[in-house]
Amino acid sequence: MSEQAPVSLITGASRGIGRAAAQALAKAGHELILVARDAAALQQVQTDCQALGALVSIHTVDLTDRDAVTALFRQLQAQLQHKALSHLVHCAGQMQDALLAMTRLTDLDKMLALNVGATVQLCQLASKLMLRHKAGHLVLLSSKVAESGSAGQAVYAATKGAISSLVKSLAKELGPSGIRVNAVAPGFIETDLTAHYSEDKRQQLTTQISLRRLGQADEVAQVIEFLCSDKARYITGHILAVDGGFSL
Amino acid sequence: MSNELIQTNTAKLTAAFATALVIADSQIHDELAYNSIKEWDSTAHMLLIAELENTFDVMLDTDDIIDMSSVGKAKTILAKYGVAF
Repeated sequence: MSEQAPVSLITGASRGIGRAAAQALAKAGHELILVARDAAALQQVQTDCQALGALVSIHTVDLTDRDAVTALFRQLQAQLQHKALSHLVHCAGQMQDALLAMTRLTDLDKMLALNVGATVQLCQLASKLMLRHKAGHLVLLSSKVAESGSAGQAVYAATKGAISSLVKSLAKELGPSGIRVNAVAPGFIETDLTAHYSEDKRQQLTTQISLRRLGQADEVAQVIEFLCSDKARYITGHILAVDGGFSL
Repeated sequence: MSNELIQTNTAKLTAAFATALVIADSQIHDELAYNSIKEWDSTAHMLLIAELENTFDVMLDTDDIIDMSSVGKAKTILAKYGVAF
């Protein structure tokens, strides 16, 4: 591993898009700091990424615990020493499908806490580390439904809409300090979040997708890897759809 | 606390302000306040926080970042984190 390897912090790294992003960035030569709640699954991702040659540390953290997130960054500050945090790839999120009248306010609070609150706190703490080097990159996960809306997903869509707004505001605020801010907006990706969808629902959704198939986590991860590469050095404030034409 | 350590920390603080705000050491005194000069605007304030955190190896709470309204106040706040002036 080169001393110059970019250091990437990935949340939600134990499964789905986060796990795929970890593997993609490991292949691309990044040093990884992986965060998730599921310790056993996280250790497996660590092993997989180490097999790809990456230096990997893991941290079991509930991102809705504000004090725990602050403690994580205090630990990272000591761990990184004079190394720069190059990328934050924030994949952790919660999707709870429910029609408006059937949305419990406790579920609203949970989705706001993780999808919005934790995102703001992570951006705040990560950007402070990045400001030390006047360089860095935040990659957030929005969603196709942030723009288009989705019946039965009003609250989830609203939280993802907040992410899109956050990306554009932070890109303007942090750009002068050398920090880029982007998001990917996945469509229907086969992950644990969508595993409960019935076959009928999958087929119905597939007919609305231009490429006529559901997406895979690694197809989103490849785009994240691109955004984290030098090829994307002039891209900021962008929400990049990865949805097979679902949003057309 | 030794005078030598206090002098070293004061010099480090001055250097951090000078680097973050891109101003001369001679402009830095306890009464220098946020937004009192064009170089210390909100963007520079965030760079200053990063520089101070890096210099003194601390992580400032958000309330302290908001309260850091002058060089003198910065010393008071950093003292809470074990940095002597």
